[in-house]
Amino acid sequence: MNLANLLKIALKALRRNKLRAFLTMLGIIIGVASVIAMLAIGQGSKQSIQGQLSAMGSNMIVIRPNSNLQAGARLDATSVQTLTLEDVKALQKKGTFLSAVSPSASARGQVIYGNNNWPTSIQGVNTQYLDIIREWKLSAGANFSEKDINTEAKVCLLGQTVVNNLFQHGEEPVGKYVRFAKIPFLVIGILSVKGENAFGQDQDDIIIAPYTSVQKRILSTIYFQNIYASALDENTTEAASAEISSIIRTSHRLKPSDEDDFAVRTMQELIKTFSSTSQLLTILLAVIASISLVVGGIGIMNIMYVSVTERTREIGLRMSLGAKGRDILFQFLTEAILISITGGLLGVTLGITATRMVTYFLSWPTLILESSILLSFLVCVITGIFFGYYPALKASKLDPIEALRYE
Amino acid sequence: MNQNILQLNEIKRDFIMGSETVHALKGISFNVASGEFLTIMGSSGSGKTTLLNILGCLDKPSEGSYLLDGIDVSKLSRNELAIIRNSKIGFVFQTYNLLPRTSAIENVELPLMYNRAVSGRERRQRAMEALEAVGLSDRMYHMPNQLSGGQQQRVAIARAMINQPVMILADEATGNLDSRTSYSIMALLQDLNQRQKRTIVFVTHEPDIASFSNRTIVLKDGKLLRDHINENRRSATEVIAALPKAEEA
Repeated sequence: MNLANLLKIALKALRRNKLRAFLTMLGIIIGVASVIAMLAIGQGSKQSIQGQLSAMGSNMIVIRPNSNLQAGARLDATSVQTLTLEDVKALQKKGTFLSAVSPSASARGQVIYGNNNWPTSIQGVNTQYLDIIREWKLSAGANFSEKDINTEAKVCLLGQTVVNNLFQHGEEPVGKYVRFAKIPFLVIGILSVKGENAFGQDQDDIIIAPYTSVQKRILSTIYFQNIYASALDENTTEAASAEISSIIRTSHRLKPSDEDDFAVRTMQELIKTFSSTSQLLTILLAVIASISLVVGGIGIMNIMYVSVTERTREIGLRMSLGAKGRDILFQFLTEAILISITGGLLGVTLGITATRMVTYFLSWPTLILESSILLSFLVCVITGIFFGYYPALKASKLDPIEALRYE
Repeated sequence: MNQNILQLNEIKRDFIMGSETVHALKGISFNVASGEFLTIMGSSGSGKTTLLNILGCLDKPSEGSYLLDGIDVSKLSRNELAIIRNSKIGFVFQTYNLLPRTSAIENVELPLMYNRAVSGRERRQRAMEALEAVGLSDRMYHMPNQLSGGQQQRVAIARAMINQPVMILADEATGNLDSRTSYSIMALLQDLNQRQKRTIVFVTHEPDIASFSNRTIVLKDGKLLRDHINENRRSATEVIAALPKAEEA
């Protein structure tokens, strides 16, 4: 018996019991739809976390001083000062996996404009920090130049939060002077809005200035709190991080037995930690959803058994007319697969619709991967074959004499 | 007429029921020539049904040989038996056994569905011809529940003929029909037998029906009791004509 005939017979059998076929399919429909929706929600939250972390600069590497043993006493990390311009220059010269390196010196304090003031922090960096390391655009004005760094120029870039608090009447900030630690800084640019980072800190509550200006004019120090670097791409962050360690160890003239007096942190590590959490969530959701798919499969098996029993006489007749066991097996298998494929297709449709509705009504981030659609559909077809096989096998093994006389 | 379609030699069939062995057939031998109209008679328990199952290749004899159209059926596998049933035997059942909610023509097509050599177009063509031959050309697309018992049995006969079998095997084919309709079915079978030279084996327990065939075999207790040629064979058409006038079945 060829495929077209098998399909015809299966369709006819399903049409005879439309409601029953639909109810059987419903199990599969709900199973497939929930797998797709759950995976979409899991993937969506994963992507959104990754996106937020990437917005901080996914290639970014932070180097900070680390507490080390001095005269037998462990010192607090923040009070340790080991990073200098020498380190920055060494990294810039020797780093092969680094696209940019910037020192960072920051101070907290009140910024004043006219009769408004606002507590914020000022971060001194070089010209590469915004462009390359943070990939942070300006919404107005221009970045400072190398010349500004060399001359310790009193220029600054304001974050949007600072602008909102100092310029409450909509004045144009660029070209105005703001005072920080009694020093007047000329505003030469406004940073574009970056929003909160993954930890809920307002990234726009900041003033950016040349590191020399902050270091010399405000902090009066030769040390930096941090050095920021950027790896060439996401895949080289590991290598870059190792390279940085070795360069700074050399620069700090540490003996092999000495422990690092600095620490290197990459954003990738952070992303990995968060991703693994959401990955776990995704798997958990998918497993729960798969259970409903299996339950749907059992529904198919159940109804196929009923169908085989109901149609025992038909099976006997077909056998007496020359149907081989194989023909009967395929007939019932086709029916089961047809139920599961139709259910699968409807489930995919329902799953996508449900996902869209979750995004629309609940504003949850969702992401439907083609692979998850393919996966759930395949699982559903395999379920159909698996759970349809035993009833079909039972049908194919019937004795035609007994089947014909079955009441 | 000389060629033997069926050759049964010392057929035995035993069934094991728990610890007891039941000998349903105790050595039966007879031949059926091409073009014969044979009735097999016997009371219940005579082994009639068992013999029918063996003749129909639904069952195999425990002992003895059964040659159908020259093929020794007793040595074939389940699948090979299915092929034999498909190509050499046309079944007609007491309860018609038409697929419900399936049109007459699709019911007639059914045996050819299991024959890969026949295309869909040829299948439909042959089904139409078979239905015309049984006088149902105006009922082709009716469902079984829209047909009378006699008409359903005609559909079943058309189905039995479509694969051009060497033998039509009818099991109490008139058992569920009133006598007028029974006669018209017998008339149809006689017509097929005489005009198309079809070999027909008809199992029944009604002597009335057996009188339309040209040979009768009577079974008793698993043995052949009598095998005789009907000298005064009746014509079903004439019997119907002699009946008091009633509406057409």
